[in-house]
Amino acid sequence: MTDATTVPRPRLIKRHSALVRVTHWINALCLVLLLMSGLQIFNAHPALYLGSKSDFAAPVFAIDSRDVNGHTEGYTALLGHSVNTSGVLGLSQSGGRAVERAFPSWLTLPSNQDLETGRHWHFLMAWLLVVNGTLYLLYGLVSRHFARDIVPDRGELAHTGQAIVDHLKLRFPHGENARRYNVLQKLTYFAVIFVALPLIVVAGWTMSPGLDAAFPFLTTLLGGRQTARTIHFVVAWGLVAFFVVHIAMVLLTGVFNNMRSMITGWFDTGEAKDSEVTTNA
Amino acid sequence: MRDHDQSRRGLIKGALASLGGLGLAGCDGGANNPLVQKLFALEEMLTFRTQSAILGPDSLAREYTESDISRFFKPNGSKDPQDESYKALAADGFKDYRLAVDGLVERPAHYSLAELRAMPSRTQITRHDCVEGWSCIGKWSGVRLSHILDAAGVKPAARYVVFHCADTPDEASFGEEPAHFYGSIDFQAARHEQTILAYDFNGAPLEVPHGAPLRLRVERQLGYKMSKYVMRIEVVDSFAHLGDGHGGYWEDNGYTWYAGV
Repeated sequence: MTDATTVPRPRLIKRHSALVRVTHWINALCLVLLLMSGLQIFNAHPALYLGSKSDFAAPVFAIDSRDVNGHTEGYTALLGHSVNTSGVLGLSQSGGRAVERAFPSWLTLPSNQDLETGRHWHFLMAWLLVVNGTLYLLYGLVSRHFARDIVPDRGELAHTGQAIVDHLKLRFPHGENARRYNVLQKLTYFAVIFVALPLIVVAGWTMSPGLDAAFPFLTTLLGGRQTARTIHFVVAWGLVAFFVVHIAMVLLTGVFNNMRSMITGWFDTGEAKDSEVTTNA
Repeated sequence: MRDHDQSRRGLIKGALASLGGLGLAGCDGGANNPLVQKLFALEEMLTFRTQSAILGPDSLAREYTESDISRFFKPNGSKDPQDESYKALAADGFKDYRLAVDGLVERPAHYSLAELRAMPSRTQITRHDCVEGWSCIGKWSGVRLSHILDAAGVKPAARYVVFHCADTPDEASFGEEPAHFYGSIDFQAARHEQTILAYDFNGAPLEVPHGAPLRLRVERQLGYKMSKYVMRIEVVDSFAHLGDGHGGYWEDNGYTWYAGV
């Protein structure tokens, strides 16, 4: 790179390498299909427990249906406290009629109740996720992508508070500052790449009776098979929360530019004025 | 074997159809198309090979203590077989029950429950993981399957052990006998130390909902592999001729033959 003080930097920069772009989209496809097939699997026994075994009388979380004054009501219960969730959870419309099922048909793969096909999809996509993720992790280490772009340094971490305030006011880095991820992006991607995704994969492994026999310490570490299943479920929804914020930020900070950078690699930094901020009024 | 060119064209067509299928919300996601079916088969093979290599023949499923035993152990699948001859055996406390051992063995045999109980026994407190997601812990006592196989003398061509059971999970179609449940495992699973034919559950004779008088325990796999109401053990070199050819009742209904995950 040339010195920025003497020669104006180009507005268009190569933001994402080809490997990052390809693994990003494969990962996105995997996560969507894993979520939908995972909810299909959950529907086969829509209750969560803690420990090694299931205490059927006292699940920590459950989605079910019950009879209330002669009509059926879907409900969701957390630690014994339940709310009526008819229409979405516990009781929902499928093919023009009310069906008693935990997650509705529009959220599951396949849409009808079909545990074995859901499992096929889930494990196929799980393999793809792990192979794709391993490629990405190796690349990130070897190319120093993680060191350069993902792991925040102390100086950046010191600005975390200010960055949160700016983001809440929808004031996003622009121009020169948008060349690199800001500290909140770094922390979020760090959490997804090094905490959430590894945790959900390991929690998935520990649910396998085969892998539990091979690596019993992993199941112990996660608090037993049923706790691992609960962690798997909670982290899945954590990833959904990330996805929602991720899409919102893509939209708020320029959907065309962001999509172009993740498809072609090219990102427009806009006019190179450090002080400039966009406000989405 | 299929013509190569035709199968390649089929593969491309399948790929396009599956992409189209994925784009349509509210369908089966393309699960019925041949390419997706091939990918599912590939995934099952990859999982089976990887887990078999990691596990090896000897690693044991976790065993628990008496205090871990579930107060309620959920019976699942068949809970009360309606087969007439089974009901007659049950009414008499299984006095006339005989386990048949045949197929690719040197010495086919029949064993009464008393004879099975006289054999060396193994007791294990293990976690039963259902394919639906729940787990229960229980204590099982029985005879190691490898003991039965050694007594019968397995022939070299043998590849699988098939369990023929008394229960009939599906309604009979008109004018036909209802099909009996069956299941199969390979010899790595069959010879595993914790693979037993259990006759006791939590210190008492096995009851009907749990598979009386004899059920299989395959502790490194899911519950649907653990055949209940076992009447006959058949050693085979292939299960293609049984049921729909997938190796078991659940397998014929779309579940994977290897259930380690």
